[in-house]
Amino acid sequence: MLSSGFALIFGLMRIANLTHGALFMIGAYITAVLVRNGTSLFFADIAAMLSIAVLGGLIERFILRRLSGNSQGQVLATLGLSFIAADFCLMAWGGDPIPVSTPVMFQTPIHLLDLSFPTYRLVVLTIAVIIATLLYLLIERTKIGAMIRAGVDDMNMARAVGIPASFLFTTVFCLGAGLAGLGGALGGPIFNAYPGLDADMLPLALIVVILGGVGSLFGTFVASFIVGFIYTFGIALVPDLAYVILFLPMVIVIAFKPQGLFGRVIT
Amino acid sequence: MTTRRNFIQTTAAAGAAMAFPQANAADDDVLRLGLLTVKTGPLASGGIDMERALTMYLSERNNMMAGKKVQLFVADTGGVPATAKSKIQELYELNKIHVLTGPLAAFEALAIDDYIKANKIPTLSVAAAEDMTQRKANPWFVRATSSSAQSAHVMADHCIKNLKFKRMAMIADDIAYGHEMNAGFQRVFEEGGGKIVQKIFSPLTTPDYGSFLAQLKTNVDGIFLGFAGSNGFRFVRQFNEYGLKNKMALIGGMTALDESVLRNMGDEALGIQTVCWYSAELKNPINAKFAPAFRKAFSYDPGYYAAGSYVNGSVLEAAVEAVKGKFTDRVALMAALRKTNIQTARGPLSFDSLGNVVGDVYIREVERKDGRLVNSIVRTYPNISQFWTYDQKQFLANPVYSRDWPPAKNLES
Amino acid sequence: MKNWRQLLILCAVFVLALLPLYGDEYFVNLASQALIAVIFASSLNLLVGYAGLTSLGHACFLGLAAYLSAWMGINLGLEHAVTAPAALLLTTLIGMVFGWIALRATGLGFLMLTLALSQIVWGLAYRWVAVTNGDNGLSGLTRPSPFGIDLEVSSHFFWFTLLITLVCLGLIRQIVQSAFGASIKGTRDQPRRMTALGYNVWAIRWFTYVAASFFGAVAGLLYVYFHKFIHPSVMAITMSAESLLCVIAGGSGTLLGPVFGAILVVILKNYASAYIERWNMLLGFVFLFIVIFLPKGIVSSNLNFLKSKAGKKP
Repeated sequence: MLSSGFALIFGLMRIANLTHGALFMIGAYITAVLVRNGTSLFFADIAAMLSIAVLGGLIERFILRRLSGNSQGQVLATLGLSFIAADFCLMAWGGDPIPVSTPVMFQTPIHLLDLSFPTYRLVVLTIAVIIATLLYLLIERTKIGAMIRAGVDDMNMARAVGIPASFLFTTVFCLGAGLAGLGGALGGPIFNAYPGLDADMLPLALIVVILGGVGSLFGTFVASFIVGFIYTFGIALVPDLAYVILFLPMVIVIAFKPQGLFGRVIT
Repeated sequence: MTTRRNFIQTTAAAGAAMAFPQANAADDDVLRLGLLTVKTGPLASGGIDMERALTMYLSERNNMMAGKKVQLFVADTGGVPATAKSKIQELYELNKIHVLTGPLAAFEALAIDDYIKANKIPTLSVAAAEDMTQRKANPWFVRATSSSAQSAHVMADHCIKNLKFKRMAMIADDIAYGHEMNAGFQRVFEEGGGKIVQKIFSPLTTPDYGSFLAQLKTNVDGIFLGFAGSNGFRFVRQFNEYGLKNKMALIGGMTALDESVLRNMGDEALGIQTVCWYSAELKNPINAKFAPAFRKAFSYDPGYYAAGSYVNGSVLEAAVEAVKGKFTDRVALMAALRKTNIQTARGPLSFDSLGNVVGDVYIREVERKDGRLVNSIVRTYPNISQFWTYDQKQFLANPVYSRDWPPAKNLES
Repeated sequence: MKNWRQLLILCAVFVLALLPLYGDEYFVNLASQALIAVIFASSLNLLVGYAGLTSLGHACFLGLAAYLSAWMGINLGLEHAVTAPAALLLTTLIGMVFGWIALRATGLGFLMLTLALSQIVWGLAYRWVAVTNGDNGLSGLTRPSPFGIDLEVSSHFFWFTLLITLVCLGLIRQIVQSAFGASIKGTRDQPRRMTALGYNVWAIRWFTYVAASFFGAVAGLLYVYFHKFIHPSVMAITMSAESLLCVIAGGSGTLLGPVFGAILVVILKNYASAYIERWNMLLGFVFLFIVIFLPKGIVSSNLNFLKSKAGKKP
């Protein structure tokens, strides 16, 4: 979810949104705080997703819009925003990690054969697949999706054909941010909300998107599984090389196919 | 204009330098105390506690020690060693501190080690690295908290003698602190007849312990947790989610279930035993006042870092009194610090010849009291030094505790 | 105007050189740190500003040179006169290899590859405890004594660093103002046209990368001499990100830009953090401000300002 948001934003707007990790983290914090005050996890998740989407829209409209065409500037702006966001979270919610309790119905593990599976993670997995399907339907089957695809392929042509670029940009950024926020919200019970969550999550998003290929959501989807598997098993087998395992697939693929597994060559 | 800016900056710096109130060497009426702590970044929660407890100590005494006024300077290192270096320079060269408390992390202490030596700054350290008071001892350090393995030795003994465990697994953060603590545990456990059959080190920032939990052996009596920060809490939660709750006992080190982490936990923590040189539940006269006062002021119990800082306050005050307020004589102050033998919030405290604390260590168990989780004292081990029961010379002749030393001979694949 | 500007620069350097005479030891040390940051930012600027290649992994060269020098000193017992050139050479060689890998892509791909390579080195520094001592870092290091001058004294170290900084900036200036420099800028602005004209764009970029890694290594040596301690955190993303901010804030693609950017960041980090608890946020706001309102960085914006005052078109 985190990566698909990043992929959308980069694919359409060519903006490497380095604030993405921070958006994830704020989503986690919002969920944590709401749950701590008694909201159910379900509503907290929705609230987090919507508020981050709005936040994303504001960022796009007021900051990134002014820097259109200046890609270095955009990278720097999102980097600056991530500093601000990280420090804001520290200031607002302190240095301790805030746990998000898993809803009671998900706390006992599911036992299959002789193995136990943490129920909540299965829930997250299911939700992720549902979201992926919805995203796919959105992009492939709706008018907005068609506009997004057109914009990703060739922005100038899309404008020439009359597609409202600025509305599209804001929508996509909101969508991307919302996905990040939802990812953070759902991840809350697993990771907790803590300072530094953004720095831990952002490289993952970047790796997945690059590996999968710019401009291809399917690539992002596939790559997230690849990275997830390799990382989870790698870290268990050779924890020494944790960072190497994380980056190696990407380095290898890019070295031989710079546009990623499923991307198209960016002109 | 471009170069004018450069000129302005340098003259401004010069002006500030001259305008800044500089303490004279003869200004021996105000004790300038520096606190090097971490207020931003992942280690922030412990660091903020350090500041809070120390400020509380000082305000309880109207900022006076032995008749001298104390001025506190707090510097935030962000948990980055290079910043620790810059900040100690700032504290010493700009603020002209006489004494330093902190730093929090081992690598920060190592970064400023030779600066302290070169400038002869008496330092009340909090960081746990073993060699700082062993093979690379700094004559200007005292450490009132603990070495990494000091409490782990005790817990291993408890597991063998009282819990009668025979087979255990160990997991810790993959940092020097985790390596040292677990090595100490392993040594005493195996020398007592037990077997460590699995040894895992997880990266310091592991949001998800799934892959580690999946490979955990379940035919053990217990697992020793050498975590720092909030990792212990996350691990325990995920441990339960993976259905391991009743398969083995969870045994924690000094910082696995610290008070600062405990307050965010629920029933899953009940019954877990950990070891530490402090608990907010200690009933000695000093803590009987400190812990409730801290809780009243900040709504949570003091833990490792808060207690460490508060105890440092006691140690410093005793030393300043011993030199009759003449703290500018650093050599004398240092000697007084080393000779400390007082009662503090953690119980009786003195230092060994290398500057590390000799004090009581407590086995604690998590209970629910007054509606909140606390670390109740189950057993007290008095007068524990960093060398456990080993001969000091022999201990130092061995290599420092690490991932591979002592070698684990009983691992099962 | 050029001569007038050069005279001003000379004056500023002269005043700066006198710092130890009128400034407290704290400020001398702060200035040394700023100068090291200046060299590092200028090295990154070669890539980012002149070649148009944004790198998020430059800190690995600083770290590599620092670790190599420290390791050789501790384990091989070599003198600084030997370890310094050796560290520079080895780091530059690694720069050649990394450059080859990273330049398989451009744009975001290049960014990610530089980040990946730097993260791998960072991870190795943490894990390869036998060599790097892991998160305890390597301590107990010494400063060199070139020609018998003891660099442990802050003012000596400051002058030494100032000298090296001026030499490096001078060298970079030579590169940038040469024909090769022009071709670097060409590959940044019009890569396709350059290829059409027969330039080997890849080779030009690669040489620039290697040069950047060399100067980054110089900064790394000074860094480890100053701190006498090296820790893997020096190669974390945050360091690379901060140096990127130094370059862009000051003005990429100019010689003096990174100088001001680096000084600004060092002052904010060290001095401001003593007075403002939320200095991280302040850093973020400052750069947001610069990016939005001074998009070409402080130096370029001011240069344009100066030029328009002098009646010339910016």
